[in-house]
Amino acid sequence: MMSAVSQASRIKSDVKTGAWSWGRPSARRAIGPRWRVWAMRMGPPALFALFLATWHFVSLRYPPFILPAPATVAERFAAELFSGNLAYHTAATLSEALPGLLIGALAAFLLGYPIAKSPLADRLLSPFIVASQGIPFIAIAPLLLIWFGPGAAAKIFLCAIVVFFPITVNIIAGIRGIKPLLRDLFRSLNATRWETFVKLELPAALPLTLTGLRIGATLSMMGAITAEFLGTDRGLGFLINQGRGLYDTTLVLVGIVTTVITALCIYGAVRLAERSLIVCHR
Amino acid sequence: MTAYLIAEAISVTYANGVEALRRFTLEVNRGEFVAVVGPSGCGKSTLLRALAGLITPGAGQVRLDGQPVTRPSHHVGMLFQEPALLPWRTVEQNIGLPFELGSGASKREMRDPTTLQARIASLIELVGLTGFERAYPRELSGGMAQRAALARALVTEPPILLLDEPFGALDALTRETLTAALEGIWRATHTTGVLVTHSIPEAVFLADRIVVSTPRPGQVAGVVQVPLPRPRSWEMERIPEFVEAMQTARSLLRDDNG
Repeated sequence: MMSAVSQASRIKSDVKTGAWSWGRPSARRAIGPRWRVWAMRMGPPALFALFLATWHFVSLRYPPFILPAPATVAERFAAELFSGNLAYHTAATLSEALPGLLIGALAAFLLGYPIAKSPLADRLLSPFIVASQGIPFIAIAPLLLIWFGPGAAAKIFLCAIVVFFPITVNIIAGIRGIKPLLRDLFRSLNATRWETFVKLELPAALPLTLTGLRIGATLSMMGAITAEFLGTDRGLGFLINQGRGLYDTTLVLVGIVTTVITALCIYGAVRLAERSLIVCHR
Repeated sequence: MTAYLIAEAISVTYANGVEALRRFTLEVNRGEFVAVVGPSGCGKSTLLRALAGLITPGAGQVRLDGQPVTRPSHHVGMLFQEPALLPWRTVEQNIGLPFELGSGASKREMRDPTTLQARIASLIELVGLTGFERAYPRELSGGMAQRAALARALVTEPPILLLDEPFGALDALTRETLTAALEGIWRATHTTGVLVTHSIPEAVFLADRIVVSTPRPGQVAGVVQVPLPRPRSWEMERIPEFVEAMQTARSLLRDDNG
């Protein structure tokens, strides 16, 4: 993952691939035979078209409440978009997912940093953090609703829990990955703890932290929607659940499409932040 | 006359039980260049780390100008086996790093940006990196990166320069070029130098005096004087004094490796 990130920053001028490609070196450098260059550029839209076509032809065989055609979904999407409905629900979900992401990231840093630095903290905290990953978050969502009520708090909390782990793991890897030689250098220059933190540890751990944040960003949408399924009156999860209750399958699909687009936007935003922040990592 | 930098019968044993140094004594006079040569793993790096104040010896004492050394100080500039440049900083910014860290004289100078910039610029010129001020470490060759690291070690004008196998990771040709460059830079900066290496030619080329160390635990096996004039060049490799110093050092090393 580290090398993928650094690779992305190395070939900064090569921006033909989208902001959310994984950035493997082979995929970024569009060199090689001509058909390959062509496939690189036209492949993704072509595959998407194929997907839509398949969906369309399959949908012809079923009633709309089981599988509506892509065109029907698109029409409904436009209608919900212009009515302001989608914006309302997306904003509601984001108002849970983004604070959740922020709080989760903050917690990840506050726990990950001592774990990376101190073997004692590692021994004390790591077992709990790993064990907490075994809890299916769909199972604790009802608990959170009982404890925090149907408001935003429970959802924000769930998002934070969901994003916490991948970000923590990446922060730990980032801090531990700092070469001992660089630490020696800072010690030999009489750097204080704070100086070492600001001028060595933070910048050195930044690429991996952002990778964790990128993973967390998409997960936070999932967390928010899962929580919304269980009790709320707004949000994309509510929208999807409402569609399901009314046998309005088109609405369910519109909700899913909106979720995917929103998640991609957050992911892309973090990726762009990565690109502008990490100019020169090896 | 007491020496400027002294390691007085220092012993270092690591937590895992490895005895790196046993009663090792080294005296370096002001303005002198001393090389410590020994086989791999003879505690050479440990010696240098003790001289730098990065580790405290279990027995014995390191003294600088009469004062015991217990922690790193800005009197010492250090060059490591690898350049240890921060990849997110340009050459210029990397060289300026010592001014941003720690307290004391070096940090106060930082408040005057003109002096600081001038100092950095003159060092970049001295180590031969003109034109690469804004380059990032990944854009530099191994030799150039080590030149930048040397500039960073010298930027605070430390009276002592400690070199821990600085060119060990470079190819033979770059190594020779940089060794010659280092000799010139050392003369220009009037520092006291301690070099740790396992290359005998490198030691003879740079040093006034060579201390040969035994295998672990490191102890002094013998001292070789290098009566060569300065400035030095690789053409001197053939003159008798050079050859003789090499042979003496080599035989001291061989005796100990049995």
